[in-house]
Amino acid sequence: MEFIVIVLAGILFATAIYNLLQKQMLRIIIGTVLLSHGAHLMILTMGKLKRGKPPILEEGVANYTDPLPQALILTSIVISFGITSLLLVLAYRTAKTNNTDNMEQLRGETNE
Amino acid sequence: MIFAVLLPFIFAFFIPFLSKIKHRIHTGIFVLLIPLSIFIYFVRFVGTNFSPTRQTYNWIPSLGINFDFYLDGLSLLFVLLITGIGSLVVLYSIYYLDRSERLGHFYVYLLMFMTAMLGVVLSDNVFVLYTFWELTSISSFLLIGYWHFKERSRYGALKSMLITVFGGLSMLGGFVLLSIVTKTTSIQGMIEQADLVLNSNYLPLILIFILLGAFTKSAQFPFHIWLPDAMEAPTPVSAYLHSATMVKAGLFLIARFSPLFHTYEWFYIIVSTVGIITLCWGSYMAVRQTDLKAILAFSTISQLGMIMAMLGFGTKIAIFAAVFHILNHATFKGSLFMVAGIIDHETGTRDIRKLGGLLTLMPITATLAIFGTFSMAGVPLPFLNGFYSKELFFDATVKLPDGGAGIASLLTASIPYLAVFGSIFTFVYSMYFFFGVFTGPQKLALLPKKPHEAPFGMLMSPMLLIAGVVIIGLFPNSFNASFLLHAATAVNPSSEFVDVYFWHGFITPFKMSLIVVGVGLALFLTRRYWKNIYNFFPGKLSFNNLYDGLLEKVDQYTATVTNFYMNGSLKNYVAIIIGTIFIVTLSFMFITDGFTISNDNLADVTGIELAVVFIIAIAAIATIFTNHKLAIILITGVVGYGVAILFVIYRAPDLALTQLVIETVSVVLFLLSFYHFPKLQKREESIASKWMNATLSIGFGALIILVGISAHSSSWFSSISDYFIETSYSLGGGDNIVNVILVDMRGLDTLFEITVLGIAALAIFSLIKLRDKEAK
Repeated sequence: MEFIVIVLAGILFATAIYNLLQKQMLRIIIGTVLLSHGAHLMILTMGKLKRGKPPILEEGVANYTDPLPQALILTSIVISFGITSLLLVLAYRTAKTNNTDNMEQLRGETNE
Repeated sequence: MIFAVLLPFIFAFFIPFLSKIKHRIHTGIFVLLIPLSIFIYFVRFVGTNFSPTRQTYNWIPSLGINFDFYLDGLSLLFVLLITGIGSLVVLYSIYYLDRSERLGHFYVYLLMFMTAMLGVVLSDNVFVLYTFWELTSISSFLLIGYWHFKERSRYGALKSMLITVFGGLSMLGGFVLLSIVTKTTSIQGMIEQADLVLNSNYLPLILIFILLGAFTKSAQFPFHIWLPDAMEAPTPVSAYLHSATMVKAGLFLIARFSPLFHTYEWFYIIVSTVGIITLCWGSYMAVRQTDLKAILAFSTISQLGMIMAMLGFGTKIAIFAAVFHILNHATFKGSLFMVAGIIDHETGTRDIRKLGGLLTLMPITATLAIFGTFSMAGVPLPFLNGFYSKELFFDATVKLPDGGAGIASLLTASIPYLAVFGSIFTFVYSMYFFFGVFTGPQKLALLPKKPHEAPFGMLMSPMLLIAGVVIIGLFPNSFNASFLLHAATAVNPSSEFVDVYFWHGFITPFKMSLIVVGVGLALFLTRRYWKNIYNFFPGKLSFNNLYDGLLEKVDQYTATVTNFYMNGSLKNYVAIIIGTIFIVTLSFMFITDGFTISNDNLADVTGIELAVVFIIAIAAIATIFTNHKLAIILITGVVGYGVAILFVIYRAPDLALTQLVIETVSVVLFLLSFYHFPKLQKREESIASKWMNATLSIGFGALIILVGISAHSSSWFSSISDYFIETSYSLGGGDNIVNVILVDMRGLDTLFEITVLGIAALAIFSLIKLRDKEAK
């Protein structure tokens, strides 16, 4: 199963980068969202999947799933939420001010 | 000793406070105490029974980099010059710089320079020496650019910085090689192992690297071009850094290392040739200048060349003459710079074409100038120190040992003639300086200010220096045994006492002096008939044009290269970053043969997992092909919820909960801003660009898969997770291990995470609310 999840992560990365390479801000933001999903699955798989009980201590249980990747991912989920929301507002503000959400039109002066 | 070196630097920290009261007490008065006290501290070392002392303070002992201060005769000479001239310059600056100037900045830079320069001449450790060396370049840069609103100042500052730092870097290269060869970082230690260096394969490289450092610093041909432009600095700075001390650091370096190299023939050839060319070129070019300080700048170049040449000769008499001239040059050139500053201050111009006939208006300045210029010219009078050192110089040129064959012997034969040639022009520009300013018709109408004699305080410093000129001139032997001899023996251990006196008899050096005076006088008087020669040689040829052209080309080239990839297109940046990661990682994987795959120890595959994975994959791919903005937001939501379900299956309850909450909030956020976004357009890029994007993303996705499989299939280190499982309860007191890791074990990380969220929230708030208010 691990290989299948890794392939899924790869697909997520590929679609994320395709979206990042677009001109419209909404697509770019969605690209970053997909990128973090891919990374999370990747990290989770590194700790091996389905080896024991959920990492909550219980009497008489010796085998737990690896808690470390989970802790890392939890931090990452929250941070990427912060990034997504900031990007959204930034994009909203930029689009309002400049009347475009096309990154190619927001390139600024040449030879600055 | 370390305190003496660092005192100016430490004192600089108080300058900002002292400069607050500059309108009541000139900041220079406080500063004056510093060089004066260091001077007094060091002057007690002067004496016939002086012996070198050493003090070591650890800095980075593991790398052999320590404050290792070594005071020998040579260092002592320089230390006394730095602090002695330094005191006079500070005294002069009190009257020269108006209280409305940014005095705080000026004295901070000046004190920084003082520490740096003392460090250069006292450090025995090559790397500490290098550090101080670059610090002198930086403080020189700051001082030249002191009047930063002038375009010429900025140009001159940058030029001096580029050239001297280039030299400094190459010198560092030489030092690194030297310390590799000798396995020590101490200069004295290197000199003790001179054989090791002389037999090393790196010898030519070491020599060239170190000489480059010395030549750039001491403005030797063809690196001299920065010195005339450095004259944009305030005059006290020119007198101090660009005449008496910093530019002599190069001479110091050569003198310091000459015990190491003096038996190497190329050392003699290169140093002497460069020195003698600089002497001739500098004095030849000085006659062409019209700015008083430019004349003095070229004169300094030429005098430095003369000392450099003598250090190259390396004979007993030449070394003594070099040391003697370092002292003499500081006295007469320092005073002449101050005179030029006075003229500039009192008349408002330094253009010699506008000046003339100031003798009656500024009699004291004129008297000082006549001593200074005549000493510089080497006029044979028994009370001018310049004559003695010039005489010793001529003596050294005719007494060179036979160089054997080849270039060396040719050089030995031609040096006396070149020396006379250079000195003739020295005589001409000295006369030109004095008579051009102080005699001839007065052109008061051309002057911005009505000239009058300078205040006494301003005249004090040049007077003291001229007193030095005359005292050394009358009693040339007064410092020999107690002071100069120690300096000379530090350079050439076989140096011995040279009895300097006025009348040697009618011997070759004296005849050479007479030729200089005779031809020089003739050339000076007929100057207007031959000065057109400068239109033919050098004419338009100049190293300045080369420098400017080179700088412009480098500017253009770097602009082209930078604009090539920094073109403002986000897409381009992403593509470059992704492409670079792809290529580097893939080639690294290939080179190290890093790809591994092993299918043992895999979890089983169940239908429900497969179904979820399938849905996520389809949804992710669908984001690319959707052209409807509501649809794309919802599809992204599908991916997020799918991942949450995977978390449930893979026994990560905390993750699943968090992901569900966050995903919901995210979708709401997206929908909130959805209204404000323009419609999604059809992607209208060309087919080629589509393929390009597709290749990049698929390639990168594949790379991730390869890396993931390899990482999963190999196990290099044992997991640290067991530690958390075991100690979760005993250390953290919690059953939920993930929770304990986040809150207890990595509590600080979580704190920062919250901080990041807080900052993001603040930014979002200000982007929405504050801008709206502004708009209203």
